[in-house]
Amino acid sequence: MKYSWVLSKMRMRLAMRSPAFLFFSMVFPLGFLFMYAVVFARGNPEAIVYLMGPVLALTVMGSFWGMSIQLVTFREQGILRRFQLTTVGAGSLLTSSIVSNYFLVLPTLLIEYLICRYIFHARDMGNLAAVLVLASIGAATFSAFGLIVASVTNNMQETQVINNVIWFLFLFFSGATFPLSIMPLWIQRAALFLPATYLVAGMQGAMLRTSMLPEFLGDCVALLIGMGVAFGISLQLFRWEPDAKVPGRAKIWVVAAMVPFFLLGIWQNVYGRQLQEIHRNFQVLEQASRQEAPR
Amino acid sequence: MPDGVIEVRDLQKSYGDVQALQGVSFSVAAGEVFGLLGPNGAGKTTTVEILEGLRTRDSGHASVLGMDPRTGGDTFRQRVGAVLQATALPDKLRVEEALSLFASFYARHRNPAELVARFQLEDKRNAFYSQLSGGQKQRLALALALVNDPELMFLDEPTAGLDPQARREIYSIIQELRGENKTILLTTHYIEEADRLCDRVAIVDHGRVIATGTPEELRRHSGDRTRITVRLARPDGVGELRQLEGVSDVTEEDGSYVLQSSKPPRTIVALVKQLENSGNELQSLEMASPTLEDVFIELTGRRLRD
Repeated sequence: MKYSWVLSKMRMRLAMRSPAFLFFSMVFPLGFLFMYAVVFARGNPEAIVYLMGPVLALTVMGSFWGMSIQLVTFREQGILRRFQLTTVGAGSLLTSSIVSNYFLVLPTLLIEYLICRYIFHARDMGNLAAVLVLASIGAATFSAFGLIVASVTNNMQETQVINNVIWFLFLFFSGATFPLSIMPLWIQRAALFLPATYLVAGMQGAMLRTSMLPEFLGDCVALLIGMGVAFGISLQLFRWEPDAKVPGRAKIWVVAAMVPFFLLGIWQNVYGRQLQEIHRNFQVLEQASRQEAPR
Repeated sequence: MPDGVIEVRDLQKSYGDVQALQGVSFSVAAGEVFGLLGPNGAGKTTTVEILEGLRTRDSGHASVLGMDPRTGGDTFRQRVGAVLQATALPDKLRVEEALSLFASFYARHRNPAELVARFQLEDKRNAFYSQLSGGQKQRLALALALVNDPELMFLDEPTAGLDPQARREIYSIIQELRGENKTILLTTHYIEEADRLCDRVAIVDHGRVIATGTPEELRRHSGDRTRITVRLARPDGVGELRQLEGVSDVTEEDGSYVLQSSKPPRTIVALVKQLENSGNELQSLEMASPTLEDVFIELTGRRLRD
């Protein structure tokens, strides 16, 4: 792991030189922010604070794509083979994906926060410490999920297809784009099995109620366990060679990364209060809309 | 072989049904430039990649610097350098950044700026990898292989695909390294490269070493046959040329006849007489000592490029 930092610096530098990366990691999330703030919140500061949760969560979830895609490109182009000849190990390369994703996400989050505060005049900006903790854990976890896809796919085409399918679920069934509260109950219950739901809900809670960190402990633990499992499996399945194919049976291991969320989903469906939390947060948006209606 | 830096015995490797290596054996002494010469698909790269620790062998013995390449770990990697058959680096990585990055991976390393100067990359110091020419990329690959000041270097087809000028530049770099007493294992399918750069050569074909020795020893192996290339005013076919004194083989190449002769002066006299008798004329005649290609043809019945 001792070369993770030098590799992270190199990979951040490469990412900053890629127009595609800059578009998807900076322009795209900011586009979401303006769309939510102008179209959905219509400039209402209370509604904007509610919508900032999903916006920040979407930015953090973008880590799912970034460096894992770069790693697949490195493998396909034979770049990893050159690193294999050095003292660099698979652990360093995987860790550098997570570290560089994290540092690349932070500036976008900060810009979003500042736009929200100074352009859309949001007054209550929630619990900053909680936002930072959730963003850090979220970025690491979603990076690790990206790595696991990169580990089990054999080429870029396959990676993009699988990433898009998973991204679609994260995007539309976690409350990141449409509030879960307006969804049918069965979708709300199914959403409790998605890691993205806990990040979106956590971010929303942090933005709205200046909640204390212990309230997010469950979400954080689930995300951290998911990250650990995903990282471990990625390490096991890591391939240096472009022509090394992963055995079909190994792909089943990916399911293991979802086990913490499967268990959490069951617990939340039976005993948990996550959905009530989500509905309570949604009421803020409804109240903001009602206040705006008579005007 | 005393002081063997590389010891390979009965190396076997297959990819599915294809038997890439069928018992490769050789050894390389310290300070030696050892060449693996053979056509594409002969098993050279597989051999080198096993010795670099990039691939696993099915069976046989491989020892590099006294270590098993697969289990030598960081200790092994600190001591070897390599140029892969196709080195790839990220397109948007700058030349000096690449050297600094790779230098940071080793406990002992050379100064990147010094390597930039030595490999004549000063003008390209801040250029992206994607902006380099083929020759510049290969010089950078060599610089990266040297960044840890290795005792042993693997150079897998270091001049493949380069123009003659770039190839000569790489030759002079390898000759410099030879002067520094580095042990080098070089794979190539260029006769000239093996002849010019290597102290000893192993000729590889179909996953087997079919001959080993210094280039001179290998040429002697071909029976000191001289290659006489003649162009005639009226091509008459190879039949009568085979009857000339000292000629062991005749082939036709691009309108010329290539005679392999163990008695060149007598062959030429006989050729001139025969042409006079048949009313034919000699347009050109070239003589050349046997090359490693001749040795390869003699051993395999094929040319290196076939």
